[in-house]
Amino acid sequence: MSHHDMSYAAVMSRKNEIMKASLGIDYDNYVQSPIAFDYERMMDETGYSIEDVARIQRETKVGNTPLFELRNLTQAVRRISEPGKGATILLKDEAANASGSFKARRASISAYEAARKGFKGMIAATSGNYGAAVASQAVQRGLKAIIIQEVFDSRGVGQPEIIEKGRKCEAYGAEVLKLSVGPELFYLLLRTLEETGFFNASLYTPFGVRGVESLGIEIAQQVRDGYGKDPDAVVITHAGGGNLTGTARGLLAAGCENTRIVACSVDLSGLHMASDHDFNRKSFTTGHTGFGIPFATWPDRVDVPRNAARSLRYMDEYQLVTQGEVFYVTELLTKMEGLERGPAGNTSLTAAITLARGMDQDQVVVVQETEYTGAGKHHNSQLSFARENGIEVRRGDPKDSVPGKSIVIPERLEQVWGSVQDMDRLRLSYLRNAAKQYPMESWKAEDIQFLAADIKVTTDWVHQQMAELPSIGEAE
Amino acid sequence: MTQVKAGTWVEIEKILLTPEQRAPTLPEDTKQVPYVLNVSGFLLEDAELGSPARIRTLIGRELEGTLKTVNPSYAHSFGEVVPELLTIGLEEEA
Repeated sequence: MSHHDMSYAAVMSRKNEIMKASLGIDYDNYVQSPIAFDYERMMDETGYSIEDVARIQRETKVGNTPLFELRNLTQAVRRISEPGKGATILLKDEAANASGSFKARRASISAYEAARKGFKGMIAATSGNYGAAVASQAVQRGLKAIIIQEVFDSRGVGQPEIIEKGRKCEAYGAEVLKLSVGPELFYLLLRTLEETGFFNASLYTPFGVRGVESLGIEIAQQVRDGYGKDPDAVVITHAGGGNLTGTARGLLAAGCENTRIVACSVDLSGLHMASDHDFNRKSFTTGHTGFGIPFATWPDRVDVPRNAARSLRYMDEYQLVTQGEVFYVTELLTKMEGLERGPAGNTSLTAAITLARGMDQDQVVVVQETEYTGAGKHHNSQLSFARENGIEVRRGDPKDSVPGKSIVIPERLEQVWGSVQDMDRLRLSYLRNAAKQYPMESWKAEDIQFLAADIKVTTDWVHQQMAELPSIGEAE
Repeated sequence: MTQVKAGTWVEIEKILLTPEQRAPTLPEDTKQVPYVLNVSGFLLEDAELGSPARIRTLIGRELEGTLKTVNPSYAHSFGEVVPELLTIGLEEEA
């Protein structure tokens, strides 16, 4: 314990100094204005080439995961599609990474960097697969790990999925700080960084995102080797944005200029992410709209000054799916493909079915991750827990489901249909959030160039929105 | 009173923030309850359940709190069977 004031406000006010000491990145080097910064230079200056990343990851059992063709599922999709439609669905089996998910890629470079810089340990605040990934990578680099998790509500009841993730972190020898519901996770992260002097293994540093680029590069190589072409579409489960950003950057680095980047999240609209009551009424703890929408429409809301995960920079399409659709598709993957994997990783598989239906048979759609499964982290656990918490679970049309009240599992594959979002609405929402940070009247050419690149539009498009929407700075 | 021996694997609980000390922008329900931390480790000195206690965590840090559980275990499971899942995939073959 230091002599510092430990109140909420006092700890939060020390944010910048704590972050600088725990990351070794001086973000001031890249900042151009309250909104603009030199993103590409920040990513380049991590000091790790694509070859370095691959070598570091090989050392700690990350990467080179198999790419499987889902033959039976592809045939099933073709049976319900218009003649000539029904793209081949491929699945990148990321559960094969150490710790059982793609998050190992994200933790691997941070662990290497922390060890290289002489830190004794690393800390991550996450209730997701990233905790186990940090713990597993830390132990291989001789580092200690502390994982800070939101686990239980005020009754002391925890989501089975998160409890399992806590178990896995302890299995790798990490200290797990288990918390009740609330955004003060960040407050404890700052306190613990200050107390220990450990490395901040934030999900949102350039190290985290550069580590995922290898996933995009492997997909490009494997699809070219197996199918003689670039992937036509890659579907990516979207929460904080690092998975999408890293994969898309990897695909671009490999020259896949025309591959469609499709994001997918589970629709949990109406549920409040900081509500004690709603906490155990969500059957997905990540990959959902509670993270996906706010992080897409304003990435710089995280535990580092500027977020390296910027999804709208790369996203071509955004689909939402229901909880019931994902559970249905998870069961189909098991029964038809002989592959039992965790439900959260199958969010993008659900969107891939919708996409494949609309694509030609000679096209290829890639689902870029799976995650491990087991007690707690299994769709039966999640559904059983939902029932115990008063959620109605039934078969029917998933369109009739209400997040937090009912989960409707499709009766037939035709009912897996997702919902395509209006990308321009998301981009406008981003511009409104930018205007809240820095009034539109102050935007200079440099800011507008940054904003245009950050949401994948031209500067003309940004100018047009600014002219048409004088109230752009008003609430959303 | 249950006396617990030093060296036992236990879980302690600590109130990090009382309702008044919590973050300013919280939904109403969350605002009413304290912010609570649970963490497991080896008990450093003999202590009674419900009393203050100190532990050493798996990475060797020493932390203090109220002794809550002896041999905290993971009992999460696959849950009760959800019959609605069982026929999925079999129907597709028809």
